[in-house]
Amino acid sequence: MSVNRAQRVDLEVVTDLIPANSRVLDVGSGDGVLLELLQETKQVDGRGLELSQRGVNECVARGLSVIQGDADTDLKFYADKGFDFVVLSQTLQATRNPKIVLDELLRIGNRAIVSFPNFGHWRVRFSLLIKGRMPVTRDLPYSWYDTPNIHFCTIRDFVNLCEELGATVEKATALDANGQKIGLSMPWWFWNFFGQQAVFLLRR
Amino acid sequence: MAAQRAARTKDEVDHPSSPVLHFGPDKPLKLDAGTLLSPFQIAYQTYGSLNDARSNAILVCHALTGDQHVANTNPVTGKPGWWEVLIGPGKIIDTNRFFVICSNVVGGCLGSTGPASTNPATGKPYGLDLPIITIRDMVRAQAMLIDHFGIEKLFCVLGGSMGGMQVLEWAASYPERVFSALPIATGARHSSQNIAFHEVGRQAVMADPDWHGGKYLDFGKRPEKGLAVARMAAHITYLSEAALHRKFGRNLQDREALTFGFDADFQIESYLRHQGMTFVDRFDANSYLYLTRAMDYFDLAADHGGRLADAFAGTKTRFCLVSFTSDWLFPTEESRSIVHALNAAGASVSFVEIETDRGHDAFLLDEPELFAAINGFIASAARARGLSL
Repeated sequence: MSVNRAQRVDLEVVTDLIPANSRVLDVGSGDGVLLELLQETKQVDGRGLELSQRGVNECVARGLSVIQGDADTDLKFYADKGFDFVVLSQTLQATRNPKIVLDELLRIGNRAIVSFPNFGHWRVRFSLLIKGRMPVTRDLPYSWYDTPNIHFCTIRDFVNLCEELGATVEKATALDANGQKIGLSMPWWFWNFFGQQAVFLLRR
Repeated sequence: MAAQRAARTKDEVDHPSSPVLHFGPDKPLKLDAGTLLSPFQIAYQTYGSLNDARSNAILVCHALTGDQHVANTNPVTGKPGWWEVLIGPGKIIDTNRFFVICSNVVGGCLGSTGPASTNPATGKPYGLDLPIITIRDMVRAQAMLIDHFGIEKLFCVLGGSMGGMQVLEWAASYPERVFSALPIATGARHSSQNIAFHEVGRQAVMADPDWHGGKYLDFGKRPEKGLAVARMAAHITYLSEAALHRKFGRNLQDREALTFGFDADFQIESYLRHQGMTFVDRFDANSYLYLTRAMDYFDLAADHGGRLADAFAGTKTRFCLVSFTSDWLFPTEESRSIVHALNAAGASVSFVEIETDRGHDAFLLDEPELFAAINGFIASAARARGLSL
């Protein structure tokens, strides 16, 4: 997954949520960019789970503690509350069963941090409403037939899922198309319309 | 040539050319079989020097037919050390930085006490009078060697195959003495199929009339044919179908056509015969029986109430596991189940599966991705241990 400017901002938002020296599990750690950032800036005890073997081998070669595995099947091997934070960054929409994955995150971590692209963003709505086409945007560059993102949701959908799983939203941030944080004073509908990405801090 | 090599192997048994540590009656080796081995000796090699804090020691554990000569010319075969691609001055495991120790396992035949060693009680080789040796016994003996060096905590323990089993045993038995562990192409237990292959090998040795019930050395004989067959069968399991086909295909050996006989018509037959013949010059047949048995008996979960995660409960050791896609002796699933157990134990663990068609033996070869993983893991562990670069 290429890391563009807006996504980098989401990593910064995630990093800001994590205190120094925490135990962190990064689910879907990719090439290790977040883990490395967290180790450098927060001296965390970081671990990663990554689906692609290439990503894993790169991470390990760079000295990161990462194993190959699938968020859909391998989270069950982790102990309850084994980590202070479990991070799922831009991966939820690519899992087969987001509800079970989110449930597992809340079991393994004292806190879960989830970031995802908001399918309620106005560009997405515009594409469907006016063009009648599945959206292909800068941040969601795949066509419908080859996308790894099989479970899109909007910010509102995600909040509903959290309620269903008994998770408390401790903090939420929406980023607009330029990677700017949307003001906290804005109502949910505004976030859901203008937020291109969202970052949630959850606990149960 | 062959006779010379065989003679050199015999010389190495009681009086190896590498350093030897003798343990007298006051320091017996407690064996899982329930008896004591005493006196006994460990033959070993070291490379580099131990720092003042004694914090830069790396223990290398050798595989079934390996030895302590990991990074120096082998005194029997005259070939380079078996892991010289990885270990040496300026290499990935840099002996300018680290103090590397490798010892011949107890039960082996290159200087540590094994079935070919002279039994002090009889003045003759032990043969089958040596008690059965386990992986844990080997590790217990290595711990006594490490004590001798005054090393409280090893920076890293690494090894492949049977060496990887020793690494896992080290981490489970002496968690406070292992800062990082690197088990490669191994498993937490020997599978039924692997026991089966070993049994074929042992039966081949024991079916050779020159084996003499294990007392062949008393008769001045060696079960060369049986041991060669054992090696041939085992060697196939170290490779992969794809690698064999790539290397040999159905190519004929020094001939234009099939001979309609039982000569080595095919290159693969000739290759295996060569592997078998050169092996018997450098290895003791009874040692082969003992060491294959040690691997068969290895079941780390069974030693910890049937739950592998309990073997690593509360561990602070940093782990990195490596497997190879074409290894059918220790397939990736074996490593993965160890990783899951370590996850459940909350351990720090990395796991790399390397794409190669070279099979189990890939761990001994020049595999860039393997080296990159080892390099990254060792470098980050060294930073965490406070070892300067």
